[in-house]
Amino acid sequence: MKILVCISKTPDTTSKIAFKDNNTQYDENGVQWILNPYDEWYALVRAIELKEKDASIGIDLVTVGLADSEPIIRKALALGGDVAHRINAASNDSYYVAYQIAELAKKEQYDLVFTGKETIDFNSSSIGGMVAELLDMPYVSLACKFEINGTTATINREIEGGEEVNEVVLPVVVSCQKDMAAQRIPNMRGIMAARTKPLHVIEPVAVDALTTIVKYELPPARQSVKLISPDNVAELARLLRDEVKAF
Amino acid sequence: MSVIIFIDQTEGHIKKASFEAMSYGAAIAKQINVPAYGVLLGNVNDDIAALGKYGVSKIYHVTDEVYNHFDAQVYTKAIAEIATEAGATVVVCSHNQSGKAVAPRVSVKLKAGVVTGAISLPDTSNGFVVKKNVFSGKAFAFVSIDTAVKVISLIQNSYGVNTVEASAEVITKSVAATAKIKVTAVNKVSGEVPLTEADIVVSGGRGMKGGEHWGILEDLAKTLHAATACSRPVADSDWRPHHEHVGQTGIQVSPNLYIAIGISGAIQHLAGVNRSKTIVVINKDAEAPFFKVADYGIVGDAFEVVPKLTEAIKGLKA
Ligand SMILES: Cc1cc2nc3c(=O)[nH]c(=O)nc-3n(C[C@H](O)[C@H](O)[C@H](O)COP(=O)(O)OP(=O)(O)OC[C@H]3O[C@@H](n4cnc5c(N)ncnc54)[C@H](O)[C@@H]3O)c2cc1C
Ligand SMILES: Nc1ncnc2c1ncn2[C@@H]1O[C@H](COP(=O)(O)O)[C@@H](O)[C@H]1O
Repeated sequence: MKILVCISKTPDTTSKIAFKDNNTQYDENGVQWILNPYDEWYALVRAIELKEKDASIGIDLVTVGLADSEPIIRKALALGGDVAHRINAASNDSYYVAYQIAELAKKEQYDLVFTGKETIDFNSSSIGGMVAELLDMPYVSLACKFEINGTTATINREIEGGEEVNEVVLPVVVSCQKDMAAQRIPNMRGIMAARTKPLHVIEPVAVDALTTIVKYELPPARQSVKLISPDNVAELARLLRDEVKAF
Repeated sequence: MSVIIFIDQTEGHIKKASFEAMSYGAAIAKQINVPAYGVLLGNVNDDIAALGKYGVSKIYHVTDEVYNHFDAQVYTKAIAEIATEAGATVVVCSHNQSGKAVAPRVSVKLKAGVVTGAISLPDTSNGFVVKKNVFSGKAFAFVSIDTAVKVISLIQNSYGVNTVEASAEVITKSVAATAKIKVTAVNKVSGEVPLTEADIVVSGGRGMKGGEHWGILEDLAKTLHAATACSRPVADSDWRPHHEHVGQTGIQVSPNLYIAIGISGAIQHLAGVNRSKTIVVINKDAEAPFFKVADYGIVGDAFEVVPKLTEAIKGLKA
């Protein structure tokens, strides 16, 4: 069985958010890049856990990104991916990225495609659904548990106020989130092994982007907090009623 | 031409998020001078024609058995077929659990650019530009959709609900499809307001000192018809169930009111709650970072402040 894990690089959560060139570009100056947490902790680690139970499983990684993505690819290989594919293109539009991933998947015929639930920079939560549609496969999003039995997957996914259990025959595309797997860090052996694992650089196929980012904006500074004395809690209740209209 | 809105239902009831999606879609329709229609998949017990009050003049109701359970693949087929039939130039849904799965698929099927997580009406004065949340609510991006057909998913509580006095014409339809996903169980947390649908969220952190102290938060939540939530260490210590954990690695919420009690306001926590309209912070440390993003705050001991707040609210309601 072959699993494809889609990985992406994002600025660390604590990075300063600033824009340049007339607010048309994200200012990458001083930014610490990380493997998108949902891709790492949930999608990739769950794939590794499955492989630990069944050694016949192979884990491929794919990222659509330029050469500056290689550190996060090496990290994912160090955690336990087997083979990496870097599609050599900047990722600006979800459809463009999904199309590239789907082209690879058509060639390699994966039984399972894992993505994170969203990237923490653009928060699109789009790639998984798009890849599934391009491959005409079922899609289970926001998965928090994933088990496999032969060719059938049992997947818990988040719904309003709870979870729903889905059963589906492979192949399937799954977007992964919290509770899927236990977070881990790469060990020395993994880091050494990652250096010699294959990393294929593939040129993108030509396809048009469907959207363009026109500009960015920072939210207006919040008005400073209105402090209410702990001796006058009733005042907060009044404000919640009259200003916030909470009841 | 038309705007099509996907009306989401679960267990026979229309989800609240869809009322807002319809209001938003109807406003776009008005802006570009076309009618707004709804697409409802699966059987519901609610009065469908009455949904006209959210601005949709026609509702395509697809009643085949297969749509009674959510499956993104078959839902996409029906939505795309109806969108094509109705000549839709814009397809709208809520950025909720179903919308996040359906919007990208519909986008591919219709070869339509998509903006997920929109927070206001598109600017149609020059092209079609949609404002969306990025960096977990810490910034906005203005995204131009460059295709003839556009798909948008709307963040909950970002637009609001508008009503008019009207009812919708209901057209019952059949769209053949075979589901590949079988729903074998639904595990709901009973008797609570679902966190991602809640207007008000009452959330507790490590300052609550232990799960056994949550009674005062639950009382406040009950008084306000709010959902309860918590910070990550609280869930990690099993003081509260995991599904209540909000933040970068947990659930992202966008309620009208978020009340944070004994939570310091770490950046990873804020990533899940930045999109809240109003934030109230109760913390005994005046230097807690949460106060920097709060609208209202009380520097004080939660164990004294929270019961008083609940009593005061009950007093005002009486
Ligand atoms: C990669 C990563 C991802 C993370 N993801 C998340 C996430 O998704 N969600 C999340 O929440 N955290 C997340 N965290 C953890 C986060 O950094 C913080 O550690 C966490 O949010 C702190 O939780 P807390 O505010 O409950 O506890 P603390 O930081 O310990 O704060 C407790 C607060 O309670 C106050 N307090 C104490 N006693 C009282 C009292 N009697 N009355 C009133 N106030 C009182 C204190 O003044 C303090 O401000 C993540 C961390 C990392 C590194
Ligand atoms: N450039 C990329 N290359 C490979 N996978 C990606 C890329 N961008 C996003 N993904 C995957 O798609 C998921 C959802 O991303 P998004 O739709 O951009 O929010 C991420 O968690 C990744 O698993």
